[in-house]
Amino acid sequence: MMSRKTLDLWVGVFVAIGFGALLFLALKVANLSSFTGAGAYRISAKFDNIGGLKVRAPVKSSGVVVGRVREIHFDNQTFEAVVTMSIESQYQFPKDTSAKILTSGLLGEQFIGISAGGDSVNLKDGDSLKITQSAVVLENLISQFLYSKAANSGDKK
Amino acid sequence: MMLRVSERLRRLGAHVTGMVWRLGFATRFFVLILKHSGTSFRRFRLTVREMYFSGVQSLIIIVVSGLFVGMVLGLQGYDTLVRYGSSEALGVLVTLSLVRELGPVVAGLLFASRAGSAITAEIGLMKATEQLDAMEMMAVDPIARVVAPRFWAGVISMPLLAALFSAMGIFGGYLVGVRMIGVDEGSFWSQTKAAVSFSEDVLNGVIKSFVFGVAITWIAVFEGYDAPPTAEGVSGATTRTVVTASLWVLALDFVLTALMFRGN
Repeated sequence: MMSRKTLDLWVGVFVAIGFGALLFLALKVANLSSFTGAGAYRISAKFDNIGGLKVRAPVKSSGVVVGRVREIHFDNQTFEAVVTMSIESQYQFPKDTSAKILTSGLLGEQFIGISAGGDSVNLKDGDSLKITQSAVVLENLISQFLYSKAANSGDKK
Repeated sequence: MMLRVSERLRRLGAHVTGMVWRLGFATRFFVLILKHSGTSFRRFRLTVREMYFSGVQSLIIIVVSGLFVGMVLGLQGYDTLVRYGSSEALGVLVTLSLVRELGPVVAGLLFASRAGSAITAEIGLMKATEQLDAMEMMAVDPIARVVAPRFWAGVISMPLLAALFSAMGIFGGYLVGVRMIGVDEGSFWSQTKAAVSFSEDVLNGVIKSFVFGVAITWIAVFEGYDAPPTAEGVSGATTRTVVTASLWVLALDFVLTALMFRGN
């Protein structure tokens, strides 16, 4: 039987290693340190079609992640999708900023790309973006392409 | 003919009643442990001593198997990901599968066979050699003195071991992916960081491992306490601990996963 002191020491080492591993998972692996949603303001935007956009999808400007999608719901008055996103408060955008839904890569996840406008007044918490562009739906694109093909071949005859 | 049928039915009935009785006894035993667990925190030394046996002595097996599981994930994941030209997502693959599933589950299985079996054998032997009865004679409650500290030691150790397993696995995946194969180190970590969320993935893994810790040690102490006081009985109880605890870990994992990750 080993003495009490060595036993305590080993248990102490074990607990320290265990919490160290947890800390590693929290800080190095997960994004606990980078974005918490605390210092952020919310803006909303209406889209005709959001495609496959999901809650927690990134909001990017010039390719840099500036926020996340917080909530998506359907507005039964205008029949549009309303996307609420929170933007980190260190990033300020003009009032006439526009948003569009983009896809990273051909089959990648969808995100919101916002590009700054030229207004001198900045967006505040609770504002909504006026200029939006919906997601590109691949099926619509293909059918448009097929229709135009069919129309072209019809002309030639 | 009639007699054979009734005999069969009787045996079935006895089997079912036995199962229900054991389930009820296990539940009452659980409540008893909770009721008597004051001692294991007031005299925390008892729990620390058990943490040495169930936690510290499981360190080696957890660290080594975590490392190897991570390295295998790195190799296999790279093999598939490179076909789609997204080998940088290796970190995401390794981390998410470890943190969400493999860490808690494999650590739980290893913990059940390494520490759970030892707890059952120890308590079972204490019962067989009438040490538990002797304690009761001396007005020492064996549940407060023997069972509860082992239970809490297991419950505390399990999340730590699972976190360690995941961390070692990620390190193994990093070794194979970045050091051996040559995936870009920056995008390995940054893609991982972007895809893994603390509250959705890491915390859920910790919750899982905590639940597994409760289930495994509960089964282990119960089987030991319930073991027939013979050599054969103790060996049977040890086997049952490993089998039952492993099955429960896998079944609970499914239930918890279904509750937690309802794909957003």
